[in-house]
Amino acid sequence: MPSILDGSRLIAEACVQAGADVYVGYPITPSNGIYLYSSHRFPAMLTAPDEITTLQWMAGLSAAGRLPVTATSFPGFALMIESINMAYMMELPMLIILVQRLGPSTGSATVGAQGDLSFLSGLISGGHPLPVFCIADLLDCWRLPPIALQTAINLRSPVVLLTSKEMVMTERSFDMRQLDVVEPVARHFYNDLLPYRSYDPGDGLVPPFLPVGDDIHQVRLTASTHDTQGILVSVADAGLENTRRLEKKIEAHTPLLYDLDEQEGAETLIVTYGITTGAARDAVRAMRKRGRLVSLLVVQTLLPVPDAYYEIMDRYPRILLAEENLQGQMARLLFGHRLPEKVCVVNKNIGKMVEPDQIIQEVQNR
Amino acid sequence: MSEFLVRPLPYCDGCGHRLVANKTVQVLEELQINPHDVVMVSDIGCHGIIDKSLATHTVHGLHGRSVALGAGMAMSLPPNKNVIVFIGDGGATIGLQHLLEAARRNVDLTVVVHNNMLYGMTGGQPSGLTLPGYCTAIAPQGNTLLPYDLCQLVHQAGASYVHRALTGGDLLKALRKAFETDGFSLIEVLESCSERGKKLNEHLKLKDLAKQVELTLGEWRGETRPSFRLSKENKSSLINGVKDVEVEFSSSLEGRLAVMICGSAGEGVQKAAELFAQAALACGLHVTKKGSYPVTVGVGFSTAEVILSQDPIDYHGISEPGVVIVTSQAGLDHNLGRIRAMEEGTVWSDEKIWLDANIKIDAPDVAVAVRDFRGRAGLKNAAIYALLTWIKETGILPVDSLLKMIMQDSIQKYIPPELFREFP
Repeated sequence: MPSILDGSRLIAEACVQAGADVYVGYPITPSNGIYLYSSHRFPAMLTAPDEITTLQWMAGLSAAGRLPVTATSFPGFALMIESINMAYMMELPMLIILVQRLGPSTGSATVGAQGDLSFLSGLISGGHPLPVFCIADLLDCWRLPPIALQTAINLRSPVVLLTSKEMVMTERSFDMRQLDVVEPVARHFYNDLLPYRSYDPGDGLVPPFLPVGDDIHQVRLTASTHDTQGILVSVADAGLENTRRLEKKIEAHTPLLYDLDEQEGAETLIVTYGITTGAARDAVRAMRKRGRLVSLLVVQTLLPVPDAYYEIMDRYPRILLAEENLQGQMARLLFGHRLPEKVCVVNKNIGKMVEPDQIIQEVQNR
Repeated sequence: MSEFLVRPLPYCDGCGHRLVANKTVQVLEELQINPHDVVMVSDIGCHGIIDKSLATHTVHGLHGRSVALGAGMAMSLPPNKNVIVFIGDGGATIGLQHLLEAARRNVDLTVVVHNNMLYGMTGGQPSGLTLPGYCTAIAPQGNTLLPYDLCQLVHQAGASYVHRALTGGDLLKALRKAFETDGFSLIEVLESCSERGKKLNEHLKLKDLAKQVELTLGEWRGETRPSFRLSKENKSSLINGVKDVEVEFSSSLEGRLAVMICGSAGEGVQKAAELFAQAALACGLHVTKKGSYPVTVGVGFSTAEVILSQDPIDYHGISEPGVVIVTSQAGLDHNLGRIRAMEEGTVWSDEKIWLDANIKIDAPDVAVAVRDFRGRAGLKNAAIYALLTWIKETGILPVDSLLKMIMQDSIQKYIPPELFREFP
């Protein structure tokens, strides 16, 4: 039987089923639905007085072995940035759901947008990448949170799950039978007898994790440049090597998630993400109905930018990027400020979603 | 060397931080606490370079945020683990909110504020805790602002145990009490930075400066109450709360139809749209529903957008509505631009509102139907009544489908029975 529900509900439920055990947050619109659902569902809920406290509590909880989640929107997220950098440096797993709304600044709290990608791509000082996944449809509200949480654990890193107001607040008919069983995330703590070194990755790139307070091993965590033991070392080789490793682990191990719908013979590839996916899928369906050949790439791993996207785009003489911001932030992320000849962008929209007709017209104009 | 120390302490000769650290270690030893049962969280500042000397767990975070960071750990760790936060006067000023919040919740940790009267690492600037009269690099004639009375503030916020001390005297006793306290404890230690402060303030005594502004030394005890620890509850699935709608009707709709319901906040617009969406679902249609209203929620317009479709709906924006239902003046005012932009479709409006507004629609394919919604149904029921009227007259959905959803909802109690008699 069909039901009507919103994305906020699925996100909160999927997080808990995946093993997230504490929600921390300040209820900013339009993430407040996730906050409310989480208060009814998470095994523990902490109502923080502000977003800096939110992230610091999350870091403390994560250091103690919990798997915390929060949801926010730009004004709150902006307050979290220094603390996200801290958690990144300390290598603390956590999930931050960023629900986009129209900016700049407080902008319009109840209006959706896709305006936050550019700043996400430069969020970590030093230019290190932070894993960012993006929800494309209602089913992704269920599928992506567990993947994001597992990534946070596997990479020992904060992970951002990007979405927007229209995705989490719009109620939609939905067949619950589409929901797969969520497998709880797999998590292992260090249990060797050799002394634990908080930032020793061994043969890999990600050090094993051990919560503070361990009875046997000393655990050291720090946000300052440090060696494998977690001792502050400034510009000593051991410290810089650790800082380099932080980038490498994210580049090497962030899962690649995308949905590619290719049509043989198509010369145009539409590339989109997030809330514009619905319009792009409608546009593709309408064009194909009229005999126009067109392919669609919906990207879910936004950062770090996977090479695979370039390999796919290289196969097409025409690329159309569709997104709900003025600059074409995805286009700039992929190609810089001067777009190659074959690339065009549907990005006139702010304050309302990109419409299927805008995409169709742009494809036909070429 | 103590079992708590793996390296000598890194502080300048004569620095009060050394005394605080040594006394902390001494008390932990006296209490026979295992180093692995201590998490030392340090802030930014000279006190924070203690990490590498300690055999405890160590966490070194951001400037001013260490109390919140430590609170996160203390909420989650078992009671036998001792979270101690070392912070300076600068960090305590930055993170005052974190101190108050941890005290308010009575989080089980001990904060030791190393108040050496200035920012030692950046050249000796005064903080929010610097005593008046104390001379610093940027105030060589002495600080003039009154300090926060940190001890009073956290005491008032709900701390279990608070103490202001000098580096000598009863600091040992205070540390012991703090570590034994189940709940939030704070010790403010008044020191004078040995490198940047002592020469400028040779003639001053901290005890006297504190006395002049009535910052008393000694302790404050809070009410005995449980410390704050994270609970763990099993709660039922959010999926259980989703209503399954049985498909038992059918719709005459072909393709897709976007409906806007334009009314006022507090007049049941969103509820009416929700029930309408459920009715469409019961007719086997795909549906989306969203609302927009001012952030104040209880005043001004309230607009609901519902899309019905025989096919799955990927794009759920409304480029142009096919049907606009107007049930209040605020709803009309807010959506007039979209109504005027319509090229085809129907506007169903409350008669009085539409006629009073004297709106002329030029588009030949836009029809206007006026009915008495507000007078007939009352303000609170105008939206649901308008929907019933519209679907009855057009047959887009069976009236029974919406009536059924109304009857299954608590809203039915508030609708006068005679209103339903129009919709057999």
